[in-house]
Amino acid sequence: MGLRKEVNNQHSPSVPDEWFRPINRAEQNAEKVSRPSLSYWQDAWHRLLKNRLAMTGLVFLFFLAIMAIFGPIWSPYSVTTIDLPNQNLAPSSSHWFGTDDLGRDVFTRTWYGARISLFVGLMAALIDFFVGIIYGGISGYKGGRVDNIMMRIVEILYGLPYLLIVILLLVVMGPSLTTIIVALSVTGWVGMARIVRGQVLQLKNYEFVLASQSFGAKTKRIIRKNLLPNTMGPIIVQMTLTVPSAIFAESFLSFLGLGIQAPYASWGVMANDGLSTILSGHWWRLFFPAFFISATMFAFNVLGDGLQDALDPKLRE
Amino acid sequence: MLRYILKRFTIMAVTLFIIVTLTFILMHSIPGSPFNQERGTNEAVQANLEEFYNLDEPLYVQYFIYLKAVATFDFGPSIKQPTATVNDLLGRGFPVSLELGLVSIIIAVISGILLGIIAALRHNEIIDYIAMTIAVLGISIPNFILATQLIQTFAVNLKILPAATWSSPMHMILPTIALATGPMAIIARLTRSTMLEVLTQDYIKMARAKGLSPAKIVFKHALRNALMPVVTILGTLLAGILTGTFVLEQIFAIPGMGKYFVESINTRDYPVIMGTTVFYSAFLIFMLFLVDIVYGLLDPRIKLHQKEVK
Repeated sequence: MGLRKEVNNQHSPSVPDEWFRPINRAEQNAEKVSRPSLSYWQDAWHRLLKNRLAMTGLVFLFFLAIMAIFGPIWSPYSVTTIDLPNQNLAPSSSHWFGTDDLGRDVFTRTWYGARISLFVGLMAALIDFFVGIIYGGISGYKGGRVDNIMMRIVEILYGLPYLLIVILLLVVMGPSLTTIIVALSVTGWVGMARIVRGQVLQLKNYEFVLASQSFGAKTKRIIRKNLLPNTMGPIIVQMTLTVPSAIFAESFLSFLGLGIQAPYASWGVMANDGLSTILSGHWWRLFFPAFFISATMFAFNVLGDGLQDALDPKLRE
Repeated sequence: MLRYILKRFTIMAVTLFIIVTLTFILMHSIPGSPFNQERGTNEAVQANLEEFYNLDEPLYVQYFIYLKAVATFDFGPSIKQPTATVNDLLGRGFPVSLELGLVSIIIAVISGILLGIIAALRHNEIIDYIAMTIAVLGISIPNFILATQLIQTFAVNLKILPAATWSSPMHMILPTIALATGPMAIIARLTRSTMLEVLTQDYIKMARAKGLSPAKIVFKHALRNALMPVVTILGTLLAGILTGTFVLEQIFAIPGMGKYFVESINTRDYPVIMGTTVFYSAFLIFMLFLVDIVYGLLDPRIKLHQKEVK
């Protein structure tokens, strides 16, 4: 300290005034924040907007949701009414997607199937979300013995061949939409619980959690206010990927005849009906449900990928 | 290592026990009995039948008889096909399902890894985009939908491949493609992302600086490390392939285990339901166990006996 003082004292008088120049504007403003600062979510949204594939998926899903809600209402035909004189009509101006072997309008049935698929997917994701977050949050935060026991249970559930259990449950409870959702949720939350637990395990050692604890915050509050908001990214990604697997499971089960029952339409049921048309050439009966199952799963998958890139700061390049 | 194996083994046993019990409970809550459809059986015959299959005993006794059957792996005769025992059906169906599953997983692993490597080496080039589009499509198209389209195209329209049954290598092509595409796509994506990560590592630069050929760098240095995540998801993929065989066996009329399982549920054939479920589950759980052990053996960085902190 003493040395620097000495140096300053020595040199300051010897610097002539003309050596001083006003700094230019650009330098003056260098420290100013020129753009509005973005929150984490705004930043992620901008990133997602730039991802063309993910946006295509999002737009398609938006369209699908609107058609699922209004399609069956707008259509002059009913989903279940049988109209034998008009069976197996090819797509035309009155039946845009044609009719099936009982004369039902495939266009109407397709959107009705969209309702079921989206409903099953969203419900499964929501149930996974709540159960997984509560279970994973508690397990990760409590740690030690509680965590050990809870994770052993998860490990056992993880090993169960879930589709076998789902099929057995469906047979016991009788095939219906509720049964499918319940059956899918019985084992579905396990993946979410694992992710939440892993995140919480990392986060709970940070100082802001310690600060909350020292202010006397209760466990429930810490998990809800400190830990979960910080793990939202991976949770949302996991949810976006849960939806297509639930949609797949529903159509798979309906295809096997264990899910949604006739006369109601699900894409799986329609594909199964359409299977017999491979030889008869009524291609529209298989094509439309097949196309929409695949397109919906595709949309959710690319959206999930896009969200993962947008929400995970570690992957940013 | 031994401690780890022992621990995994205990979990495996508990899981199996839970499945066995769960199957029993669920099966006996299925409405209806196996003799419902048999008209004209008088009460004496019915009682005799029930006695033969121990259905007249109280549930807990049936449960112990059942546990004994599982332990000795002897599920007795089928109810619907009295001439065949459950073991006969399993013996007939399992080799077919195994063949279908095994061929599919081998195709999936090999083509998935190759696709992933090519995409990673040509990162952000047109080949990469094509490969990854194929991969996302492969994940998105359900296997039963793919199967129907394959039959339509190759069997009905082009008439170059048989549409159904399981009697020659030609018959195997369509079902295995339908079954392998999904897992292949998952493996390709995983291989690509880990390859991209590995290729930026210092030891790859080092290998390049030494003047090794690109092929040697990829296969000897990069791939080995990039494959670890693929090994971890093999267990899950296997589960998917096993359940996939269910529906594909229906579509292609393949006489495998899936066919017996679905049939037995529809006819309430208790011994067959029990047999197939327990067998499937045991097989799957054992495979998951093997994958875990293999993973530990392959990667020396993982100390299996330590608690995993993720």
